[in-house]
Parts: sequence; structure tokens; C-alpha cells
Amino acid sequence: MSGVRVLVGTRKGAFVLTSDGTRKQWNVSGPHFAGWEIYHLKGSPVNQDRIYASQSSGWFGQMIQRSNDGGKTWEPVGNKFVYDGTPGTHQWYDGTPHPWEFARVWHLEPSLTDPETVYAGVQDAAMFRTTDGGQNWSELAGLRTHPSGPKWQPGAGGLCLHTILIDPSNPNRIFIAISAAGAFRTDDGGKSWKPINRGLKSEGIPSPNAEVGHCVHRIAMHRSRPNTLFMQKHWDVMRTDDAGESWTEVSGNLPTDFGFAMDVHAHEPETVYVVPIKSDSEHFPPDGQLRVFRSRTGGNEWEPLTKGLPQRDCYVNVLRDAMTVDALDTCGVYFGTTGGQVYASADAGDTWTAIVRDLPPVLSVEAQTLK
Amino acid sequence: MIRVQLPAHLRTLARVNDEVLLDVRGEVTLGAVLDALEDRYPVLRGTIRDHVTHRRRPFVRFFACEQDLSHDPPQTPLPPEVIAATEPFLVIGAMAGG
Repeated sequence: MSGVRVLVGTRKGAFVLTSDGTRKQWNVSGPHFAGWEIYHLKGSPVNQDRIYASQSSGWFGQMIQRSNDGGKTWEPVGNKFVYDGTPGTHQWYDGTPHPWEFARVWHLEPSLTDPETVYAGVQDAAMFRTTDGGQNWSELAGLRTHPSGPKWQPGAGGLCLHTILIDPSNPNRIFIAISAAGAFRTDDGGKSWKPINRGLKSEGIPSPNAEVGHCVHRIAMHRSRPNTLFMQKHWDVMRTDDAGESWTEVSGNLPTDFGFAMDVHAHEPETVYVVPIKSDSEHFPPDGQLRVFRSRTGGNEWEPLTKGLPQRDCYVNVLRDAMTVDALDTCGVYFGTTGGQVYASADAGDTWTAIVRDLPPVLSVEAQTLK
Repeated sequence: MIRVQLPAHLRTLARVNDEVLLDVRGEVTLGAVLDALEDRYPVLRGTIRDHVTHRRRPFVRFFACEQDLSHDPPQTPLPPEVIAATEPFLVIGAMAGG
């Protein structure tokens, strides 16, 4: 029987949760890298036992760990992330120029075809790539050196490149998102990049045609429709059907359109999940009720999913990389909270159970569908 | 031999349980000990000082014989007690946050 492996990154280590296809009983392994911040782990789509992890610490910097046995054992690989050339400056919070400084890897995106190739999104925002399994990393500098780069400003969490989506039909096309610069697309494998923020409207940006400056929290794609993207922006849930050339709002009847996490059903490209958060000044669910909202219409019409989720006195957050889906016949949906719970639904969101309840604050959740 | 004590997280990375003993060629300076440490344990490169500039990471400190050497230049000779291995050279994770 097939199964699922859920990779959980937390403020104080990584955890590997495994189950068979029923997703009823879970084995919990960890903490791996105890005491370190694990911003993200992700497995190779072409080798399920190859997993990469971003391990970081305010004291000792960045490490990249690699597993060849599905997360049982790990080996440190290369941790040298050096910007190409003279990095220059972006804007600081007060609008003054600030030198580009590497802080950490937020997101690791393994290639869809080669287990040795991985893309890394880092803070301060830039894209790196390894083609030797993580031993050596080189910057795809065309992104950071885009003419708009000196105007990029950090979001509250830093100037982070947090989302990487590879087009399954065209490996030269990659979408990324940066807080708070916006979304970008390359069509030449990362050599050159184009801002794709037309149609986004953000409070504090007077111009509706602003090329950059939007605080994009997350973008998501269904692999069968790579020209359709969904976006959870700081405020507003958005959608594009032309690979980012234009965006339209699909927040519809959501109780609040602020939030961080989102994903798309593995088999239904018009079924989307978000977790509404009250506001940018109150990072918890409205009314103390933890609700996932699902749209089966590609946005605008949303239904609350509450069965098994706390409906009173709940004031956790769900961070941008902390929601994912598996690809079993009945799609599983997973998300982790800043309160340390990882919730799972084996029926596409209709009902939920907590796999674990008391982990450190969850930073990321990724699911691997095991063969 | 030079005795070096590492903080717990770096001992885990280096896969050592106790003090590290280093054979340092030439003058035993702060920089020479760190060079020898990273040569012996390449996994520690980038964790104590920057890969390129070799600047100490902000929350890492160096001590020996109750002296704070954190701000000393790399060519600073280490105390005779460290060279004689009667005292260790300490790499400390600064106490800052949880």
C-alpha cells in the first residue's frame, strides 16, 4: 500500500511523520537537528528518499542537510551562499539603501527531473541553485540584479524569497515570490526575470501599476495548469490564468482575505485551500475559530471546513510554507500551526485530526506521497 | 596540541563529544587555530566565521584563560597556557535569546 511522509520544519528542529495510505496511524520521528530552526524540508519528486533540509541558527548560520534514506539519517552538505559579484543595496524599512546580506534559506525546491538539482530561496532575497546534490550553490543573479532590485523592501519577516514553483511542462519557466517585492517569472531557466504583479492592489502603494512592492505571502499551482496561479497576498486572495500577466481578486466571501498559507487540491485544479487570518496586526484566526476555507470554483465562493479543528479560544497562526497536500486518491491536506499542531485531513478537508499537538512552532509542512 | 572546546551544536555538527585536539603548524594565533579547526572539520566552515570575509559571526565569542579574545585580530597569539595545552581555547555561543 502506498503511504505518506510529512516533513515538518519547526523553530526547534525537524520532524518526519509517516503513515500508510489510510492516514489514520502516524509514526513521529524527531526532533532532527534539535534546537535549530528548520525553515523548510522537501523531498525530490524523482527520488522519494532524497530529502533536503534548511537548518539555520542565529548563532551559527546556515546549514543544508541531505538525506538519502527518507529522513532516517542526514549528512550536512554545502552551506556557502555567496551573492554573485558586488551585491549592491535594496531599500531598508526606512527607505534608505541597505546592503544585501545573506541570512538564511527559506525554501528549497528540488528539480522535478533531477534529484541532484535544487533551487533555494534565501533572505535577503535571491535564488541559488545546486546541481550536485547541495554541495555547491551558485546564485541565479539575474533575479537580484533586476533593475527593480534597489527598490525592494523587506516585509516584517525580512526580505525573503519564500516560494518557488517550477512549471512541470516547461522547466525553463519558474515562478517565485518575495516579501515584499512581489512575484516574478523566468522563462529562460533563471537567467532573466520579469515582475508579474499587474492587477495587484496594495494599501500603501498608490500606483495601481507598481511593478514591485507587493507583499506576496504565497503562490500555488496545480501541475496540470501551470498558467493558473493562486496567490495569498498580505491582503487579498488573487488568481491569474495567464502565468502572472494579469491578476484578479477571488477573495469572494472569505471572512478576511489576510493570510499566509494556501495550496491546491492534488486532483482538482479549481479546488483551493486558504486559512484566513484576522489581520496584519492580529495574526490569529477570526473569532478564535481555526477554519480552513475551501473553494471548489477556483475562488470567490468559499466554504469553511471546521470538523476536527478548534472552534473556540484558538489563537495560532499558520505560516506561509506550512500547508500542503498529498496525491493519494482521496487528496490529503495538511497544515501546521505556530502552536505546534499539525492537522491532517484524509478526505480533502472535510474532516481533520491532529497528528501531533505539541511541537515547537511549525514553520513548514511538506507531504510526500510514497510509492 | 591545542585544546578547543566547542558549543554543543557545533560538537553535534562535527560529530565529536568532547574537546577537540588540534595540531597547529607555525605560530599559534587566533586565526591559525580557526584555520586548523576548519581544516579538520570542514562542516564547521561558515558556522563560526564568514566563509569569505572570515569575520566572526556576531553571536559567537572566543575566550581563553578568562580573557575575551572575540574582538582581537586573527594574528593575535594565543596565551602560553593554551599553547602548552594546560588551558583550552573556547568557542562560545553568546547567551542571547532562547
